[in-house]
Amino acid sequence: MPTYVRTDKCDGCKGQDKTACMYICPHDLMKLDKDGSETGHAMRAFNQEPEQCWECYSCVKICPQQAIECRHYADIVPLGGSVQPLRGSDSIMWTIKFRNGVLKRFKFPIRTTPEGSIDPYGGKPAADMAKIAQTGFFNHMEQNGYRAGNPAELIRK
Amino acid sequence: MAGEFGNPEVVQEEVDVLMIGGGMANCGAAYEIMRWAEAAKASTGVDLKIKLVDKAAMDRSGAVAQGLSAINTYIGDTQDPADYARMVSNDLMGITRDDLAYDLGRHVDESVHLFEEWGLPIWKTDENGERHDGAQGMTPLKNGGKPVRSGKWQIMINGESYKWIVAEAAKKALGLDRIQERVFIVKLVNDKNDPSRIAGAVGFSTRDHKLYVFKAKAILLAAGGCVNIFRPRSVGEGTGRAWYPVWNAGSTYSMAAEAGAELTMMENRFVPARFKDGYGPVGAWFLLFKSQATNAFGEAYMTKNKEMLNDYPPYGQAAVPASCLRNHLMLKEMKEGRGPIWMDTVTALGKLKETLTPREVKHLEAEAWEDFLDMCVGQCGIWVGENVEPEKKNSELMPTEPYLLGSHSGCCGIWTSGPDDVGAPTTEEYGDIPAHLPSGWNWGYRGMTTVKGLFTAGDGVGASGHKFSSGSHAEGRLAAKAMVKYCLDNKDFKPELDTTVDDLVNEIYRPVRNYLEFKDYTTAIDVNPNYITPKMLQFRLQKIMDEYVAGVATYYITNEHMLNVASDKLDMLKEDAMKMRAKDLHELLRAWENYHRILTAEAHMRHIMFRQESRYPGFYYRADKNFVDEENWHCFVNSIYDKKTQKWTCFKRKHVDLVDKSKLFKPAAH
Repeated sequence: MPTYVRTDKCDGCKGQDKTACMYICPHDLMKLDKDGSETGHAMRAFNQEPEQCWECYSCVKICPQQAIECRHYADIVPLGGSVQPLRGSDSIMWTIKFRNGVLKRFKFPIRTTPEGSIDPYGGKPAADMAKIAQTGFFNHMEQNGYRAGNPAELIRK
Repeated sequence: MAGEFGNPEVVQEEVDVLMIGGGMANCGAAYEIMRWAEAAKASTGVDLKIKLVDKAAMDRSGAVAQGLSAINTYIGDTQDPADYARMVSNDLMGITRDDLAYDLGRHVDESVHLFEEWGLPIWKTDENGERHDGAQGMTPLKNGGKPVRSGKWQIMINGESYKWIVAEAAKKALGLDRIQERVFIVKLVNDKNDPSRIAGAVGFSTRDHKLYVFKAKAILLAAGGCVNIFRPRSVGEGTGRAWYPVWNAGSTYSMAAEAGAELTMMENRFVPARFKDGYGPVGAWFLLFKSQATNAFGEAYMTKNKEMLNDYPPYGQAAVPASCLRNHLMLKEMKEGRGPIWMDTVTALGKLKETLTPREVKHLEAEAWEDFLDMCVGQCGIWVGENVEPEKKNSELMPTEPYLLGSHSGCCGIWTSGPDDVGAPTTEEYGDIPAHLPSGWNWGYRGMTTVKGLFTAGDGVGASGHKFSSGSHAEGRLAAKAMVKYCLDNKDFKPELDTTVDDLVNEIYRPVRNYLEFKDYTTAIDVNPNYITPKMLQFRLQKIMDEYVAGVATYYITNEHMLNVASDKLDMLKEDAMKMRAKDLHELLRAWENYHRILTAEAHMRHIMFRQESRYPGFYYRADKNFVDEENWHCFVNSIYDKKTQKWTCFKRKHVDLVDKSKLFKPAAH
């Protein structure tokens, strides 16, 4: 199934027009079964095309109920293991359970600024129309990252 | 009027700039373009109307959706853009555009530094050489902070939220009213009065019964590479575990080709050698943890078979042999029965532990797991299922099914206008280039294809490669700036579509109408002589490509005769594509993705047929031309597609070095 939705945890995002998992899935796999006609579980989401799942975990990470988990590709992987994240605002915690019961936990940072805090042009210069046909971006060298290169390397110039 | 299934509401919109795709390239474009649009408004009074359309959600769309554990293109302050252009060239067997690679190389770090400012944690090395994660508040790269190199060009990151961060900046720059998510653009439309110009694009919502018709002066087409045209090694649920994102359907190449854009190097493919089945990344294992790959008997095939590199001068003589040649040496072991191929993680970690403190060992273990967890959780799924702890048990490596892309270690794509200040050719030497196409490597607007007003970036730009996430972002920015100039230079141009809206609706909704017309003919919804499901069509495509066009079934081998069989079968598949059915909007998405796959596959097959050599040993072999022919085929193979006759025309363009490549090679051994 790759990702699957637990009936005991999913609340269909409380009847909103679209669920978080539907919003985020890059491959349009998650679907809300509003009346239960497709799965027998009304107001629950499901993965409508499991063999197209990349196991990218976007739905797992975004689900507000932690209702989505992953049962890894059954045509490849022995049963019994699990890899489950809990994604916070600045870090992600992974709980990794092996088939033989070995358990590992890892925590990694995911960003150094508060979510939603990016001020894209704050402190940046305006673009200079006189330079639109030249190399360099609007904020040329503001980030100190333009690598001009040794002109002698360009052998046909 | 509210639409219904089979009878969509048609939404028409006219913009100046349309951006198709929401991945790294268009996030870069979104960021760059608004600043230039503001400046344009202030200086000329022209208020450019801009829109970005994504078939998914920008927070998690494109190849970086899952995250990444490294930024694979970072030049740094000690390497030259020319060094980068040399590396790109060598890894792609000598046939790349130095102008594009060089231009990307000089710009890319500007984007990487922004990522860090926006909040992407980038690993750092302290003055004692110890590694630290990116959240320790150490000096940023912009101010001279030292990254952790996992290779000459790569730097390590804590990249789970890489795309989320980059998308946040892009979305804020554009503003949400300029963004339309869950709309899949499936077709470009040329201008009624000038077929060599772009005038718009059409697509549909995957959520509502709405069809969108855009008119645009300039379009940035950056919708990724192409996955799943070859039968994958895993054909059950594991079909989804493609190495490159499974949602990359060749839309960039096929839509550009149908609009008349010249493609380049579509014979190129990438066959990554990765951890078997999960396709987890190997870069950090090879380069950071110093692991070796061996055959079943513990022999390192890169050492054992190194003489084979001498068959391919000068590329085999580079300090780092091209990716395809590394596969070539591995495949020898597999074909001669000395598999499986192992990544010796046990020895590598054991050696590292000898010199590390227990705290450092714990950190090392976390690093090894993070490498997968950031970008390929599926590989961890396999490790836990098979009880693989890398310090105790080695993992298998395996070359995957082929992929087509232009931003990773591949260089297929669209022929694109480059910079004019690096000495690129302005004339052509070969005579058989169709007359309407430009001469030389730049024609006015950086990032523009040979169709006026149609731009591309990232996986779309051919004959370059190795731009990866950061380079795609930078390339999108370059195109954005050029598009603003294009729009100002063409401000009186009024796009007119060469096809009526009714015809466009009929074409795009054909799979839905096929379904509605015939669904009651049989009792089994998927078995019906009047239509084919997108899924079965994809299986047919994959079978043809796998068995005749050098997929895994034949160990990547084909020949002219096999290609001819493929050609006939693809012709019929293309005819049957008109009979695809879509029982809902989700299946309509799949139908159009698979249509795009067919055209991309066809371009790949035509180019392999045209190129009378095997330029990429280890990626594909033409058994009837099993050599690299520098004298006759050290050139670009380009093509154009005529959508009316449905025929491809392939031709050569001369390759020229703009930087000296001899620095790469040691003298040939024989």
